[in-house]
Amino acid sequence: MKLGNAQVEQKIVFFFLFLSTLIILIPVILVLIVIISRGSSVLNWAFLTAMPRMGMRSGGIFPTIVGTFYLVAGTLVFALPIGIFSAIYLSEYSKRNLLTRIIELAIVNLAGVPSVVYGLFGLGLFVVFLKFGASILAGSLTLAVMVLPVIITASREALQSVPRSFREVSYSLGATKWQTIRYAVLPHALPGILTGTILSVSRAAGETAPILFTVAAFYLPRLPQSIFDQAMALPYHLYVLSTQVPNVRLELQYGTALVLVGLIVIANLVAVIIRSYFRAKKQW
Amino acid sequence: MSMRRYYEFVIEALIFASGIASIIFVLLIFIFLLKEGLMLFEHVGVFEFLFGKYWYPISEPPRLGILPLILGSLWVTFGATVISVPLGIACAIFIGEIAPGWLKEVLKAGVELLAAIPSIVLGFIGLVTLVPMVKKVFGLPTGLTAISGSIMLAFMAMPTIVSIMEDALNAVPRGYREGSIAMGATQWQTIRRIVLPSASSGIIAAVMLGIGRVVGETMAVMMITGNAAVIPMSFFAPVRTMTATIAAEMGETVQGSEHYFALFAIGIVLFAITFVINLLADFALHGKQIRT
Repeated sequence: MKLGNAQVEQKIVFFFLFLSTLIILIPVILVLIVIISRGSSVLNWAFLTAMPRMGMRSGGIFPTIVGTFYLVAGTLVFALPIGIFSAIYLSEYSKRNLLTRIIELAIVNLAGVPSVVYGLFGLGLFVVFLKFGASILAGSLTLAVMVLPVIITASREALQSVPRSFREVSYSLGATKWQTIRYAVLPHALPGILTGTILSVSRAAGETAPILFTVAAFYLPRLPQSIFDQAMALPYHLYVLSTQVPNVRLELQYGTALVLVGLIVIANLVAVIIRSYFRAKKQW
Repeated sequence: MSMRRYYEFVIEALIFASGIASIIFVLLIFIFLLKEGLMLFEHVGVFEFLFGKYWYPISEPPRLGILPLILGSLWVTFGATVISVPLGIACAIFIGEIAPGWLKEVLKAGVELLAAIPSIVLGFIGLVTLVPMVKKVFGLPTGLTAISGSIMLAFMAMPTIVSIMEDALNAVPRGYREGSIAMGATQWQTIRRIVLPSASSGIIAAVMLGIGRVVGETMAVMMITGNAAVIPMSFFAPVRTMTATIAAEMGETVQGSEHYFALFAIGIVLFAITFVINLLADFALHGKQIRT
């Protein structure tokens, strides 16, 4: 009889746990459905490739897409080499000592710094102190520091999942440490590094607070000409449309949100596909 | 041969430099916040800044007390924590311990999807759906309130809580569960008495990092909490958080003004809070390693 009670209790508890999961996930699905259904009505080729017109109340969002693309590219140029080298250090060189522990704590803290504080940091260091001004350069550098922990963590995991024996064989053939890393370890870690990179790209593309004071232009009806130009960006544009400009058609806002979410979801899907493709191919 | 050794030396120097880059960046962030933020205290006392009741940055002379902002962040964070911690823990238990294989993958993908949606998009959706809903349900003059912010932030903290806690559950050895089941315990008894206590430090870390996420969240909270810099008296009134103040006002300040320095000083407070939270969470997760 006691057992029966325990079974009943389990059924009830599991039901509530399932309910909690639904409470979290159903809004996610609803949000996506709303964005897609309302945003797709304005989504067409002209919307993607035209300049905004009439104080951004009509026309397209072309310069914001280009701006976001430049920012993402700039972010990768700075963050990728440092991130991968840092992961190589942690995975291949570092010993279990105090320095390593401090580096790990620094990475955890970088990952936890609020995005708006990155904005302040970028303003203080890149815009004002180094005199880059509000520019693609300053914005990219700020975003690069922000995504660094994502790239380091993913790359380190990828490197550490390469079996020891690969390194031992390479050493036994007389290769140096760097040759071993370059030819025996890195190629096998590439899919994991790529996945982490794509995830960090989608993070950089969606952030608003770090670019507020470092690069984002409220309205700039031409494309940026150099890395010292300001640029419009998709997430900031959505912010402007939804809170700063009165009487913007709601559909236009949904359309902008759809393009931003669409880009990010596609990037994430690509990451998932790469991960599962190489996981299936892996032979160790 | 010596050419190659030179090349390797350069590469390894670069690797080491990148290795400590994270430390350098944390220090740089700290230094540049201090560099601008500490200038404020030539004009305003630390106590007056932290516990001043009035934030009137553009009055003459400006009054730069951030108590309303600290309390605004506190209220919103408290509300979000109350909502997200039980739901997040329940969701992680369901995904980690109960859901069958295929469902588990689907649910995990859903949580990852939530994590991937930018905060500006959630803020926008919150503004056009949640805010009117809160206004109607509670019969308020405006839906731009602390409770709207708390609900929104609860969702944004969820992926952090669920994924870190699920990792913690996964780290509990299978043998623990099997031993418990073999003794005749039900699956729920096993989860409650064996798995959750074993994973407790991971659960604490998950909750801490979720709170850290909430404290630092900026765009969504700025869009839906109404931004009134007054000491909050109720969940159903507009509030303004520290993060929202920086994001909303930095664009309008004059570089080198007291207001400008004050926003950096708020940045120092935020940085200190999240630094401590992350440190505590990390110690909860890796506490044993620190002694080596």
